[in-house]
Amino acid sequence: MVPTIESAAPVEKLSRLREEALRAYRWMLLARFADEKLASLFRGAKIVGGVFLGKGQEALSVALGQSLRRGDVFAPLIRDGAGRLAFGEPLLDGLRTYMGSSLGPMRGRDANVHRGRPKEGLLPMISHLGAMISVVNGVLMARRFQGARNCAGGACVGDGATSTGAFHEALNQAAVEKLPLVVVVANNQFAYSTPTSKQFACQHLVDKAEGYGVAGHVLDGADLLECLAVVGGAVEDARAGRGPQLVVGSLLRLCGHSEADTAGYVSASLRTSPLGRDCLRVAEASLTGRGWLDEASIEAWRRELHQTVEDAVDQVRREPPPDPYREEWTALSTERLREGPPSPAS
Amino acid sequence: MSITYLEAIREAQAKALADDPRVFIYGQDVGSFGGAFKATKNLAQEFPGRVLDAPISEDAMVGSAVGAALQGMRPIIEMQFADFSTVGFNQIVNQAATMYWRTQVPCPVTIRLPFGGLSGGGPFHSQCMEAIYAHYPGLVVMTPATVEDAYSMLIEAVAIDDPVIFCEHKYLYNHLKAEGLPTEAMPAGKARISRAGRDLTIVAYSAMVHEALAVAEELAGEGTEVEVVDLRTVKPLDTDTIMASVARTGRLLCVGEAWPWGGVTAEVVARVASEGFGLLDAPPMRLNAKDTPVPYHPNLWAAHRPTARAIAAAARNLLRL
Repeated sequence: MVPTIESAAPVEKLSRLREEALRAYRWMLLARFADEKLASLFRGAKIVGGVFLGKGQEALSVALGQSLRRGDVFAPLIRDGAGRLAFGEPLLDGLRTYMGSSLGPMRGRDANVHRGRPKEGLLPMISHLGAMISVVNGVLMARRFQGARNCAGGACVGDGATSTGAFHEALNQAAVEKLPLVVVVANNQFAYSTPTSKQFACQHLVDKAEGYGVAGHVLDGADLLECLAVVGGAVEDARAGRGPQLVVGSLLRLCGHSEADTAGYVSASLRTSPLGRDCLRVAEASLTGRGWLDEASIEAWRRELHQTVEDAVDQVRREPPPDPYREEWTALSTERLREGPPSPAS
Repeated sequence: MSITYLEAIREAQAKALADDPRVFIYGQDVGSFGGAFKATKNLAQEFPGRVLDAPISEDAMVGSAVGAALQGMRPIIEMQFADFSTVGFNQIVNQAATMYWRTQVPCPVTIRLPFGGLSGGGPFHSQCMEAIYAHYPGLVVMTPATVEDAYSMLIEAVAIDDPVIFCEHKYLYNHLKAEGLPTEAMPAGKARISRAGRDLTIVAYSAMVHEALAVAEELAGEGTEVEVVDLRTVKPLDTDTIMASVARTGRLLCVGEAWPWGGVTAEVVARVASEGFGLLDAPPMRLNAKDTPVPYHPNLWAAHRPTARAIAAAARNLLRL
């Protein structure tokens, strides 16, 4: 059963929940403004390559990013702008990577959502779905070798990634090794245009948890407070040594797969169903309904965070692009093992 | 005390585990069983908790090695057979090989591939994978041909900050012996002149070095001096040593056990043709396995891959040009 805020929590716990929820809501708001700005830049041909938004998935994403802490490891996927920010990724990292600034963490070598800071526990995703989960496992195995305690790892995937061999191998591996791994599946009903009916045939994705011998959790991905409670609980369970956790959130992606996709395959009835609720609006209603936030504060935050994004974009716009003549053009760190130029002609 | 190629690989891993607490071994049956070929015999007992059995999940094995490497460890992954590395291919070429270039964080993973033909192995236990990995930027590909190199190059592979594909030949495992472990090591990335000669250069690597040396011995009886170059590391390719040899002999035959399309022999011939055309007295030639999966039956297998006899015939043809 999903824990609820109203279940006679003591005052200090309620105060902590309030603080967590407000913090999470701010990250969601910032991520939404960043997304909207990226979409606008894309439409203005200011971004080369794809743009992938997290609209409708912010609540689930932020719940994982915020539940993890320094010393943990996080492998976000393509719709995790909110989770990234909550985990500690600077807003500039995303904007610089999308806009091709040489000052970004990927320095123009990789794009959009393929960014990260491995030394700070933020793994840079490759495009192959499911492939990051075992990398998180490896970080957790290393931490165990190194004697670290109370750490956890989180990986986000979509419903599509659950069909990959990599997902299966990694979840099974984590179960065998009893790793403190939390896999959060955002079941957003479509993998690009393919509906879940063509992705899996089990009743519910969480049924897979039992097969792997890991704990399973379900939640309403549009409900921030539920996301925080369930994902936060799963992270604490993993941290406490209760093994891998599989969390499946149901929601709807409120945008195309990329900004080049109009998502015409999403029916009007699905859009207007409970799955299609916007988690940002749900969070606002929930927070104001509890008296934790008022309309004036929301408006002030919106103005502030909107301006934060505008200022950051203005800054990145002035930054230098990568220079092919200064590029190192080697994929090896070991200088003596780098191949020389292939022939005098080049 | 004599030591085999296989024992040298085991000893190199024992030394790496003893010298560096960051090293661990992960692979199928590598623990108390000691590995399908016994390359990790007794290591789990000697280094408790550091030699781990993996599920049959090559993708997850390599993915987790990448994660462990990012976290400061130096994992050694044993693929039970090189052929099975195709299941982990994505993690090798897209995750491990791109990591440093993308993030400037090195990814020191060593992946051991028991490769190459043994009679009776068949299509899925005999493959040579060096060319396909060498094709990808970001990987070092080693192919030791001697007991001494198997030992010293594996130690070096673990110490290198980049992902290394370590191709160890299954035929050499128990057929090749040396008097003892080496006390000096030639660095990876440098080819070796295994036998000096002035009439013809045969470039080879791994088990084919020994076929080439047998041919050199045979042709010496006919008054021909064959120079044998052991590449040792196919990526990076030591073009300088190859070119210097061809400058001495004027003739090049490159031999590989792998399939003929593209690959190491094609790369060697392409480089010599484009960068050393003027050094050649005859067209550069190459000899590879046939362009089919590796056959099971010994009669077919022996005809599928280059043998000393086939190499000698190719060498004689080249000397007549």
